[in-house]
Amino acid sequence: MIRNEVLKSIVPVITDELVICNIGSPSQELFSLDDQPSNFYMLGTMGLCSSIGLGLALSQREKVIAIDGDGSVLTNLGTLPTIANNVADNFILLIIDNGSYGSTGDQPTYAGMKTSLAAVAEACGCDHVVECQAEDTAEELKKALAADQMTIIVCKCQSGNVKVPVITMNPVVIGDRFMKEVQKRNA
Amino acid sequence: MTFNISERIVDDMVAAGINFVTTVPCKQLAGVIDLVEKNDQIRHVPSNKEDEGMGLCAGSYMGGGKPCIIMQNTAIGVTVNTLSALIQFYQFPLPMLISYRGEVGEPVACQVEMALHTKPILQQMNIPTFHFHKKSDVEELPAILAYTQMCKKPTAILTDASFWRAA
Repeated sequence: MIRNEVLKSIVPVITDELVICNIGSPSQELFSLDDQPSNFYMLGTMGLCSSIGLGLALSQREKVIAIDGDGSVLTNLGTLPTIANNVADNFILLIIDNGSYGSTGDQPTYAGMKTSLAAVAEACGCDHVVECQAEDTAEELKKALAADQMTIIVCKCQSGNVKVPVITMNPVVIGDRFMKEVQKRNA
Repeated sequence: MTFNISERIVDDMVAAGINFVTTVPCKQLAGVIDLVEKNDQIRHVPSNKEDEGMGLCAGSYMGGGKPCIIMQNTAIGVTVNTLSALIQFYQFPLPMLISYRGEVGEPVACQVEMALHTKPILQQMNIPTFHFHKKSDVEELPAILAYTQMCKKPTAILTDASFWRAA
């Protein structure tokens, strides 16, 4: 399975959750598959998906799923100790780990070589870390949502992208639409 | 003026509704960071790098929080892309309380290098910039915090060695 198939498999699992989606192909693919006002699409700043997700989870009640990538987490590796030490039980970090920088031409990442992001997350002090194969991602996400505890899921999948258009929605509109949804759900 | 500057700053932040603060430490800011950590109206989330901190602040703001980042001016060199492509692009208000190292009174020569770039970069990025040099400059802080929310921009509050020495 490639990322787009993983996203397809988890769309039905995401019901009441807020989603922060990683820059580039992940956001474009999610936007094409299932655009929702409860999705925040990153249009810039590679690496900060998990940080935005944690900040959001710590500041309101609803559950937050940050859909991140291995390349992005490697870019902002300092995020994992921050997550580990600021526990938000309404936060799930889903790292779609295809071992490559998908948006820039599928160059290999170190996560596809000797580096295990799950082991790094555990070493950073994250309490609930699950590594799974792509086919099992939806099931693991369901379990993590039911557990009501902060969970890091590292989903190992194949490298590859599908052809989807870039997101042309104005960033202020993306943010405003998302914040109104957050307010509504926290009311 | 007999007030304690660090206390005054944190009191003003709380009065402005700031409830989420991320910090990357600097010696000059140690007193403020200590008070932020102790204040029960502020959630303090230390970050490992300033761009990470700005991501946390962006998330907090979208969750209804009122964030602030506390960092050194060297971080301006780290965060140009994040300021541009996240904070400015999505129009998130973000007050940045910055220790302005490398000004007169600085003991570490290397700090002077980034000090020389700090204001030109901020100016190039159209970031409203306020320079606290005298102790009384702190009186502007409540208005700056209100201004930041009003215009939904990042704002830079540069606090130099003379300001902290007066404290």
